[in-house]
Amino acid sequence: MAQYLMSVWHDEVYEDNDFDDPETQRLFAQVDAYNKAIETAGVWVFGGGLQPNTTATVLRAADGQVSMTDGPYAESKEQMGGFWVIDAPDLDAALDWAAKASAACEGPVELRPFQTG
Amino acid sequence: MTAGAPGGAAIGADELARVFTCEIGRCTATLIRILGDIDLAQDAVAEAFAVAAERWPVTGMPANPGAWITTTARNRAFDRLRRESTRTNRYVAAYRLADTEMTDDPRSDADAGRDPEARELDQLADVIADDQLRLMFLCCHPALSPDAQVALTLRLLGGLDTTQIAHAFVVPEPTIAQRIVRAKRKLRDNHASYRIPPAAELPDRLGVVLAAISLIFTEGHTATSGPRLSRVDLSTEAIRLGRVLVELMPDEPEAVGLLALMLLTDARRDARTAPDGSMVRLSEQDRTAWNREQIVEGHDLVRACLRRNRPGPFQIQAAIAAVHADAITAEQTDWHQIVVLYDQLTALQPSAVVGLNRAVAVGEQLGPDAGLQALATIDVDDLATYQPYHAVHADLLARAGRRSDAVAAYDRAIALTSNPSERAFLVARRPEQLA
Repeated sequence: MAQYLMSVWHDEVYEDNDFDDPETQRLFAQVDAYNKAIETAGVWVFGGGLQPNTTATVLRAADGQVSMTDGPYAESKEQMGGFWVIDAPDLDAALDWAAKASAACEGPVELRPFQTG
Repeated sequence: MTAGAPGGAAIGADELARVFTCEIGRCTATLIRILGDIDLAQDAVAEAFAVAAERWPVTGMPANPGAWITTTARNRAFDRLRRESTRTNRYVAAYRLADTEMTDDPRSDADAGRDPEARELDQLADVIADDQLRLMFLCCHPALSPDAQVALTLRLLGGLDTTQIAHAFVVPEPTIAQRIVRAKRKLRDNHASYRIPPAAELPDRLGVVLAAISLIFTEGHTATSGPRLSRVDLSTEAIRLGRVLVELMPDEPEAVGLLALMLLTDARRDARTAPDGSMVRLSEQDRTAWNREQIVEGHDLVRACLRRNRPGPFQIQAAIAAVHADAITAEQTDWHQIVVLYDQLTALQPSAVVGLNRAVAVGEQLGPDAGLQALATIDVDDLATYQPYHAVHADLLARAGRRSDAVAAYDRAIALTSNPSERAFLVARRPEQLA
């Protein structure tokens, strides 16, 4: 078994989710169903949605000093909206779960293997 | 294959090269399964071929050269792994690539339902055949870019070195080398399995393999740049890979269709270029220079795959090539049949390029005005920078008597051409319109 990061990407800037919006509720229900499937399959390790990247802080430690900057590290329109860590038997199995994740989130999902030993 | 007995006549460099070409893919494929690592397998096979090049001229060729290379490569690799204990870690880490197949019966999926006695007998041959398929699916993994798939396929299954691949694609050698290194690393770090995809995934995955072979062929057939119109090596290599695939998956009509299409297209190779190296259009080719043997084989394959009644884009394109091959002169071409086939192709796989080819056929069947009408139904935005669109448009305009429009279209086509012999062809046609 090997571990992979599946990250969900937003092309557009997203701020707060409007939980009362039926469209948001539909999407959340879809992702919930996917989460249940991935947990039942024993593939799920960890995962969750992230607050918008306007909530991020970048820290840099150098020469015993730590500096902090408000905002995300990468100044790009695209931002990571959430992620899963999965444990899959091989690339094809991981790709299959990532394809389902993309369908559930209705957005692009990046699959990337963890370093091993 | 001539298998010299041990102690038989000394063999020359040509014979060695021939064995190399036909065995290297098979041997590499099997060694990857045994060793679980692409680099180790490549090194081992290269070493075994070096040993063969030294010994066979003295001892004669063994009865089964492929098995000899495979066994020698395996033994050398195991010796080396034992010697270099530092590499053991890498071996263990890389083991992942193969372990799905190493722990299971490697033939369990591939030939369930076979006569068990026959299974016993051809066990070895089957495993090796499966290995080559595994390697095709690994090299053409959809997680790799088409460029990487093609480079890896030529390197591992074709045994071409990076210099040869770089030369064939007119790309700097370091670019190809890096492409191959990255592709191998991606497969390894992503824990890609060495297996034949299960039935549910097979149509999609086979489609990727066919597309890669087709890309190799097309690149060989019409070089995008470089001095000569066609580069023989890539076309021949693509046909060889197509044959291997058909041998391994005889029940896949699209694989047969692709092989037929390549054979029928390649049959026209000698007639495609004039002595000065410029391109000769299909209608002006010397049809006696077409390779009849390849046409006959292509025809047989087209008939065989169409009988299965599971049509696909490659089969239909092969059928179109077969209709062209049937015509003894260009005037005798059954354009009606070709338009019907393009309609079928459009239904299966609508694309602007298919629409363009259909417009050419309509122009031949019903005249330039009908051709221009057919051309007008295509979304031009998709073809704005596609040289053949402007070349076809120019030709139809010229034939319809619209000279100044034709000249403008020729200028667009010429500006988009990087192939010198295609450029020469277009330039030669353009001045006619000014006269």
